[in-house]
Amino acid sequence: MGRMTADPKISEYAHPERLVTTEWLAEQIEAGRLGGPDGIALLESDEDVLLYATGHIPGAVKIDWHVDLNDPVARDYVDGVGFAKVMGERGIRRDTTVVLYGDKSNWWAAYALWVFSLFGHDDVRLLDGGRAKWIAEGRELTRDVPTPTPVDYPVAERDDAPIRAFKDDVLAHLGKPLVDVRSPGEYSGELLHMPDYPQEGAMRGGHIPGAKSVPWARAANEDGSFKSRAELEAIYLTEQGLAPTDDVVAYCRIGERSSHTWFVLTHLLGFPSVRNYDGSWTEWGNAVRVPIEK
Amino acid sequence: MSAVSDTPLPASLAEIADDFRSASNDLKLQLLLEFSDELPALPERYAGRLDQLERVDECQSPLFLTVEVDDGDSPEQREVHLFFDAPAEAPTTRGFAGILHEGLDGLSAAEVLAVPDDAPMRFGLAEAVSPLRLRGMVAMLGRIKRQVRAKTAT
Repeated sequence: MGRMTADPKISEYAHPERLVTTEWLAEQIEAGRLGGPDGIALLESDEDVLLYATGHIPGAVKIDWHVDLNDPVARDYVDGVGFAKVMGERGIRRDTTVVLYGDKSNWWAAYALWVFSLFGHDDVRLLDGGRAKWIAEGRELTRDVPTPTPVDYPVAERDDAPIRAFKDDVLAHLGKPLVDVRSPGEYSGELLHMPDYPQEGAMRGGHIPGAKSVPWARAANEDGSFKSRAELEAIYLTEQGLAPTDDVVAYCRIGERSSHTWFVLTHLLGFPSVRNYDGSWTEWGNAVRVPIEK
Repeated sequence: MSAVSDTPLPASLAEIADDFRSASNDLKLQLLLEFSDELPALPERYAGRLDQLERVDECQSPLFLTVEVDDGDSPEQREVHLFFDAPAEAPTTRGFAGILHEGLDGLSAAEVLAVPDDAPMRFGLAEAVSPLRLRGMVAMLGRIKRQVRAKTAT
């Protein structure tokens, strides 16, 4: 337990080892525990491809959701060889503790964490509150870019089935719990794209039949950190009527905001069977002859 | 990738495009960050008055811009000035704005209107930042030209 956060809020969660506090991270940095063969790997994953370069947490290495984790041609993630390269060149071994953080309430950090989980990287955590909380607390940023010594990361087969849903999986899932984490306007079909993101538009508006509307941000506090377990249970269990034994599929537009909710349900509330539908509305709302509810 | 037109860029923008195209992906990001850092702040008359600027929704983070066109007898003689506002947390958007500012500010209205709409595709940036993100710069250029057109219409 020495390498976990001893924080009362975090210890309440189903899998407290998945979340670290800014205080804990600052201590690890202070103690020189970042980087090197046995150290913690700290990765920043942002929506904005340049944000890391403007200043980042000392010792953090950049990972870009689009350039590093997506296949350059097909709409899919990198394969085992590609993932091994991404990890190896950042000096990450199969047993390295990885801490991810980023902008926009950790959307892209949660997304990267979910992709890491597809490849079975065991010890991967989020920094609670992400980049914004670190900065709000007046903690140090630097423009110094670390140069990790590359290592060999094993080629791991990507295992999509347990935590990733494809369109056909969702069609087969209809009637079971679905969580739509988009804004209310997107859910109702009034908006064909998220405010500010018209490039992620769709031909049709609405939601997948039977989906519950729980915008992702309801799980976050003002400062970007996660709400407490009791507050999360009040939303997802009491109000929405989900049970931890449910088989749940979460979706948004391209799968990043739903990675945030996937993290909440899987790691904070301990649901064992949650899948993220990364095709999300940019696939469903453009697909021919799939059912839509308005 | 869609083919780019062969309409020439104005010299100032062509020079920036050449710098980007000849750079490695890492260096492209470095250059873009320099443009972000150097994007001029809004002058006094616009500070805190974003309602006077046009919001560009196609950028992933909010960007506001406006155009001023100096007086003159013809579009060839009327100089264009560009003003942008984007938060520090959106350096990519600021970088795109910085390129357009450096490349277009001070040109004549006629020269700005002659800039091809696909100019943002000529910087070799798609691979470095992803084509999705580049759409923001296309949208900015479109708004700039539309404002110049409106302000020079008689």
